[in-house]
Amino acid sequence: MLLSGSFESEESILRHGYSLIPRTFDLAAYKFIFNQPEKVLHSYGVTLFITVVGTILSLYFSSMAAYVLARKDVKYRNAMAFYLFFTTLFSAGLVPYFMLIANYLQLKNTITILLLSGMFNVFHILILRTYIANSVPDSISESAKIDGANDFSIFMKIILPLLKPALASIGLFVALGYWNDWYTATLFITDEKLFPLQYTLYKILSSSNFAKQLLAGNGAVSTIELPQQTVKLALTAVATGPIVLAYPFVQKYFVSGLTVGSVKG
Amino acid sequence: MDITRKKEGFLYEITKNKILYLMFLPVGLYFLVLAYLPMPGIVIAFKEYTYSGGIFGSEWNGMENFRYFFESGKLGLVTSNTIIYNLVFLTASTVVSVLVAVMIAEMAGKYFKKMAQTFMFLPYFVSWVTVSAFFYNIFNFDYGTLNTLLKSLGAEPVDIYSNPTIWMFLLPLFYVWKGIGFSSVLYLSAIMGIDQESYESAKIDGATIFQRIWYITLPMLKPTVIILVLLGLSRIMRGEFDMFYQLIGDNGLLADKTDIIDTLVFRSLIFSNDFGMSSAAGLYQSVLSFILIYSVNWAVKKWNSDYALY
Repeated sequence: MLLSGSFESEESILRHGYSLIPRTFDLAAYKFIFNQPEKVLHSYGVTLFITVVGTILSLYFSSMAAYVLARKDVKYRNAMAFYLFFTTLFSAGLVPYFMLIANYLQLKNTITILLLSGMFNVFHILILRTYIANSVPDSISESAKIDGANDFSIFMKIILPLLKPALASIGLFVALGYWNDWYTATLFITDEKLFPLQYTLYKILSSSNFAKQLLAGNGAVSTIELPQQTVKLALTAVATGPIVLAYPFVQKYFVSGLTVGSVKG
Repeated sequence: MDITRKKEGFLYEITKNKILYLMFLPVGLYFLVLAYLPMPGIVIAFKEYTYSGGIFGSEWNGMENFRYFFESGKLGLVTSNTIIYNLVFLTASTVVSVLVAVMIAEMAGKYFKKMAQTFMFLPYFVSWVTVSAFFYNIFNFDYGTLNTLLKSLGAEPVDIYSNPTIWMFLLPLFYVWKGIGFSSVLYLSAIMGIDQESYESAKIDGATIFQRIWYITLPMLKPTVIILVLLGLSRIMRGEFDMFYQLIGDNGLLADKTDIIDTLVFRSLIFSNDFGMSSAAGLYQSVLSFILIYSVNWAVKKWNSDYALY
């Protein structure tokens, strides 16, 4: 456990010690990335976009569906819940999914697939449903209905604000999923403009010639030895930094979110 | 009389709650398209897939794909790897997270408690891509930290990336390390739910801290442990694809010891375009895990119906 605790400081030790290059070289790696920032900035943009938009859409529609499933006067709510749940029991597998997306829906190389693939999670919806059922009394909906509000405005004006704590923690899970997603891109994205951050990172890590390519692409002729290994590390730090920095602030929501989910999720 | 009969009708229900059903529609459609629509595609596991024919135009070839999967010797290999790794992961992470949860619960300083939890949760936030980068930096043969250290001590460098046996220990280690924060919280919240009075009366009776853990905390945790283990068991056919793929990638030297169903399916789809075999393997995995989940749920229901999944 202390091992993981020390990891953060180890990380910086690693960065300096690993290739036995003087510390000043480290800065060179960062300079190198930010001198030719197109690739990295682009994937930063892609990742930020899918994380923000995806999380918002996901939370909005998930909680809407969860509210419907929690309403006791909806006759087919159990059937609908099972309709969702069944997808976690049995799935067609990767190949049919891949073919549907790539050949039939033509979503290859679109930002839509990056958004869609991680958008809804059945367990998140079911957790939200449990949360609504336990903490939002039925009488609220009923009295609002008597006052003439329709179901949608009840949800928007009354239920959604009440869900804030649950939404915060589920939102964090969803956002984390988007931020760390490289898999969807591996399957469906070949256009460099749409590479999300983690996939760019993965590409770079798995091809050590990246630095040369980057330079060659810019027309510069290089005679100096490039800091390839440190560039990789600097990129890793750039890609991971925001998550690690945001982490202490969101941790308490995360823990409470887990606890919400564990109460008969 | 008429009204009550009307109330039971499908159309009546739909029109009465039409807004609610419309509100469910986005999510319903999403799962229809992305989860249910691929299902008919399962038939390609029984077909000789050609690009021009597509899923439904290609020729049937019966169980040919499965026979190939079976005869290539992959079936047994990936099945046993998948099951063994996941069993080890499950055992290791359960034991460690119960231990950690108990330790954190017994810790005195509130500040220290928070710190410990923070550090344990951190790896959960980091993607496997990043983890694999760190990993590579430590274990890289030419200039990894480990080998630099070994060389400076005059010892032989080790080449982890061509040594399958080491991975059988490293993978569980990394799995536990990354998930520990997440899984220990569940146990921790169970411990927090234990009635404090039983601890106090045990203290008065002179029980040591270990006796309190052994006779109060652990027995009270038992239901949680059982549930989480059962849930874990039902997922045993689905490996930790992210971890395996990022840490090992397509390293052929390690494939025998580290190939799981997910990586096999992925590789044969992406790199060799072997639709037949990978869909056969995928279907095999889906069916097996369906059976597993079903029987686990059945067992849970027998044991205590409150905990059943559905």
